[in-house]
Amino acid sequence: MNRHLISAADLSLVDAVAILDTAEELARLAERPIPKLPTLRGRTVVNLFYEDSTRTRISFEAAAKRLSADVINFSAKGSSVAKGESLKDTALTLQAMGADAVVIRHSASGAPHRLARWIRGSVVNAGDGTHEHPTQALLDAFTMRRRLGRLDGLRVSIVGDILHSRVARSNVWLLRTLGAKVTLVAPPTLLPVAVDGWPCSVSYDLTSVLPGSDVVMMLRVQHERMSDAYFPSVREYRRRYGLDSDRMALLPDHAIVMHPGPMNRGVEIAAEVADSPRSTIVEQVTNGVAVRMAVLYLLLSGSREPDEPAVADDAELVTAGGLTGTAERWQIKP
Amino acid sequence: MAGSTSSGAPAAARAGATRVGKSVFGPDEMRRALTRIGHEILERTDGAGDVVLLGIPTRGVPLARRLAERLAETEGVRVPVGSLDITLYRDDLRLRPARTLGRTEVPGSGIDGQVVVLVDDVLFSGRTVRAALDALGDIGRPRAVQLAVLVDRGHRELPIRPDYVGKNLPTAKREVVRVLLTETDGQDCVTLARLGEEDR
Repeated sequence: MNRHLISAADLSLVDAVAILDTAEELARLAERPIPKLPTLRGRTVVNLFYEDSTRTRISFEAAAKRLSADVINFSAKGSSVAKGESLKDTALTLQAMGADAVVIRHSASGAPHRLARWIRGSVVNAGDGTHEHPTQALLDAFTMRRRLGRLDGLRVSIVGDILHSRVARSNVWLLRTLGAKVTLVAPPTLLPVAVDGWPCSVSYDLTSVLPGSDVVMMLRVQHERMSDAYFPSVREYRRRYGLDSDRMALLPDHAIVMHPGPMNRGVEIAAEVADSPRSTIVEQVTNGVAVRMAVLYLLLSGSREPDEPAVADDAELVTAGGLTGTAERWQIKP
Repeated sequence: MAGSTSSGAPAAARAGATRVGKSVFGPDEMRRALTRIGHEILERTDGAGDVVLLGIPTRGVPLARRLAERLAETEGVRVPVGSLDITLYRDDLRLRPARTLGRTEVPGSGIDGQVVVLVDDVLFSGRTVRAALDALGDIGRPRAVQLAVLVDRGHRELPIRPDYVGKNLPTAKREVVRVLLTETDGQDCVTLARLGEEDR
């Protein structure tokens, strides 16, 4: 297993299955009277959140605490970031405090990749811009495997705002590795330009895709990332790409409905669908803790190769450019 | 391999593993030793009425099942059997690469107020048993905890002693003891090899 978890595309089949199997055992331990484990005692996990998040941050915090790690929460609001500190300086501060792992969420795609070159500990990507959100994909795969018993050959349809969705990207790569067949369903305006290069098929018509889906994953319409008009109106989007109970009836009997949250009830998913027994939305949150425990365990418990250089060579730092500005200012090529 | 339900598969990988080192304990001796341990458990626990057998993965689990069969054959008592994985409680997690987890399965009746007999294949440093005692503490509060091992090879590093021993096997520290079981390895025997003869 790699030292960092930055992209679901980096995970080999062996690594991915190891994470899911470990999570399976850890999920069973959660049912015990004392669900706390001494495994990561004395290790420090920093939650470095430059973007708002409820479930991911709390999930990582719960996962680290169940494994007895010390958790330091850092959010950009109310920290020196507001005074203009760069990501690199924040990283070096964390390094100096002895963080064994940094869980980072950032609005810039590639921020975790950069961070990994600056600190000695492990970096876990908790969502970077429109790039990836690997632990979400892992918990989605875990939920599918628990509900449907397998992943190989599973037909998964991911519906909605693919363009802005790091969840969709991570899922496409991870599910490809695990042998599932992914179909992306979205209006042409909400698909990335290079989607033909992705290992999945694409459709513009939700109704025709549903009967052949074992899993349908609805994505949130990310208004906060939308600067242009991607569709005429919310009503029209809902009519063509929303999942209501009539559309849900087209699914095979065993099929499940997923959503990474937070949901816009009444936009991409109708309330009665979100609350139906087919929906795994609450289960996904529960499974998220077990999956993140597995990731932290596998990244942090083992021995470390002696003295890898923490800070990359100078050439790297120069190309990063603009390091004195605020973290939001610098851009990274994907 | 994707979508395989869980990690219970190392058995297949190791089945038919070539026997390395010399065999010091054959199937007949193993059977007799387990029968004797079964009798000793019945004797020491007054009929095994409140005994729970917990095997430590990997090979402690089939051994615990076999012991439960012995108890059922001898006195007709049905003893709950489970497994107790101790990976997350080890004290050497930082010294080696991350390990895969085994399964912990505590019988529905629980362990509170019961006599838990931990079952493992080889007793060596005692650190596994130390970890198992910690793990037990997070599951419940047994009335007593006892330890049954198939082979005691000595070299304890902690003040831990077994209550039931299949065979005392004097070894040098450099030697490697391996227990092979039909359930996991396709044959019943205990082998002794010099370090380097097999990679471990």
